[in-house]
Amino acid sequence: MSAALQTIALEKRFGGLIATDKVSLTLEHGARHALIGPNGAGKTTFVNLLTGVLPANGGQILLDGNDITRKSQIQRARLGLGRTFQINQLFGAMTPVESIGLAVSERMGGGRDFWRRVGTRTDILDEITGLIERFRLTEVMDHPTRLLPYGKQRLLEIALALASNPRVLLLDEPAAGVPEAERGELLETLAQLPRDVSILLIEHDMDLVFAFAERITVLVNGALFADGTVSEIMSDPRVQAVYLGSDAHA
Amino acid sequence: MSDTTLSHPATAARPDAGQRASRDLLRRGRLKPAEIVFWLATAASFFLLPDRHLLLSEIVILGLFALSLDLIIGYAGVVSLGHGAFFGLGAYVAGLVSVHLTGEPLTGLILAALAAGILGLATGPLLLLRASDLTRLMVTLGVAMLLLEAANRAAWLTGGADGLQGVTINPLLGRFEFDLFGTTAYAYCLIVTFALFLLARRVVTSPYGLSLLAIRDNALRARSMGIPVGPRILGIYAFSALIAGVAGALLTQTTMFVSLDVLAFHRSADVLLVLVLGGVGYLYGGLIGAIAFKLLQDWFSAITPQYWMFWMGLVLMVIVLIGRDNLNALPRTLMRRLRREDRA
Repeated sequence: MSAALQTIALEKRFGGLIATDKVSLTLEHGARHALIGPNGAGKTTFVNLLTGVLPANGGQILLDGNDITRKSQIQRARLGLGRTFQINQLFGAMTPVESIGLAVSERMGGGRDFWRRVGTRTDILDEITGLIERFRLTEVMDHPTRLLPYGKQRLLEIALALASNPRVLLLDEPAAGVPEAERGELLETLAQLPRDVSILLIEHDMDLVFAFAERITVLVNGALFADGTVSEIMSDPRVQAVYLGSDAHA
Repeated sequence: MSDTTLSHPATAARPDAGQRASRDLLRRGRLKPAEIVFWLATAASFFLLPDRHLLLSEIVILGLFALSLDLIIGYAGVVSLGHGAFFGLGAYVAGLVSVHLTGEPLTGLILAALAAGILGLATGPLLLLRASDLTRLMVTLGVAMLLLEAANRAAWLTGGADGLQGVTINPLLGRFEFDLFGTTAYAYCLIVTFALFLLARRVVTSPYGLSLLAIRDNALRARSMGIPVGPRILGIYAFSALIAGVAGALLTQTTMFVSLDVLAFHRSADVLLVLVLGGVGYLYGGLIGAIAFKLLQDWFSAITPQYWMFWMGLVLMVIVLIGRDNLNALPRTLMRRLRREDRA
């Protein structure tokens, strides 16, 4: 059985700068896998390559064994590759119910429907309510998104990605900027994400990494530096020297 | 699919959550009392202002044209400086149909709509190549200029600078003659506009319409959710072009004349001004803006016949600089301030 997501010698150059240097990474089915690395290690570039925001210069990306290297962002999303953004990318004028409803309806192929009124399909409505409650958005579900507290926006960011029912989910620094008071809620929600979704967590926050991940990959200067279970990585003296030592839990 | 199974116990335990969600989703499509008042007042204008039917027809046509622009600017975030191209094409097609094919108005209207819609489909992809506002403004402006010059050159077909001669329109439905006072014309424009408004309202409150709002708000996110941004925008652009074409056809049929003026740049600029005047993104902006525009135009040109454009420009600047949200909140803010002074 092929891995949920796999890259083979993935490469990206910006002129002379090598941002992603032949990275081969395997994300197993149901994985809780963290991708870490100091600032400028090329984590964001790597995510952009995976999701198709940037085209790769070399190498391959396989989603469930299928080559998606040349596929567009939209095609990859339709094939089951979901993501959240480091900086919230939400629909400010829409409510959480509408945003999640849109994602659910798009997945069910209802997005081209220009003759039905929104809110008249009970199957979609049930799913929306389920996600709203699971992501603790019940209080604010009918408020405009741009007025939500930042922590709630962060939760909606993840709820939106999950509403598309992805097989692989890339979480790009989900806890970034969340105030301490709202962090607990976020971490609990992350821990409760369904097991059948394979997750790659891109993160700066080492507490979150250790709480969430079962496997860790370390990226340094665009290249794969180390890869292993949490305890292997924690005890690896090279990782401590290069990463943990120099960057004391930023 | 695990979501569905999980959600059932949740909704059973908290039925109010499901109801709130449902109410929120139905919110945009719900008919508001103000809307009913608006359309009743519009219908009343037909009976109460019988000697103003010519002016009212002009207003409705401009309003419909602005409504078509609102569909792309307000609902899909696609700006245009050349929407007059579709208006002008519709106007010419309606004129040519009456000269060469038939004077039956509805046939002309439908053919004009189709022609404009097809032009929208054909030129829409140009807006997707480099999707920045500036390129879109320039591409739409360019298309409108090309069309104007083509109509000017093809004088054998369009009559060139002299205008198209010999446009005659048969009685509507074979019964209602287009009269000098514009009574038939106004009724015709009103009914066509109302029908297209209902159609547009249906479209923008559908799941498709919601996906357009999402694209307008954040195209990056929409793409990462798997929403095919390009085809969605193309669809609404063609629909908007079609409605603009109908507005152009109404102008030709009610005035029984077409000239190059229908393709002139000021059409595209005026309609944008009208829309901004009335407000973007709630479908009524175009219609209300058209009324405000024509009334202001009348009023300003009565005060200063030569400088009415100056005052119009001033009003436009004030509206844009103060911001519509602040203007809408103005009565409430004033009330609050008054109340506070009462207390003091």
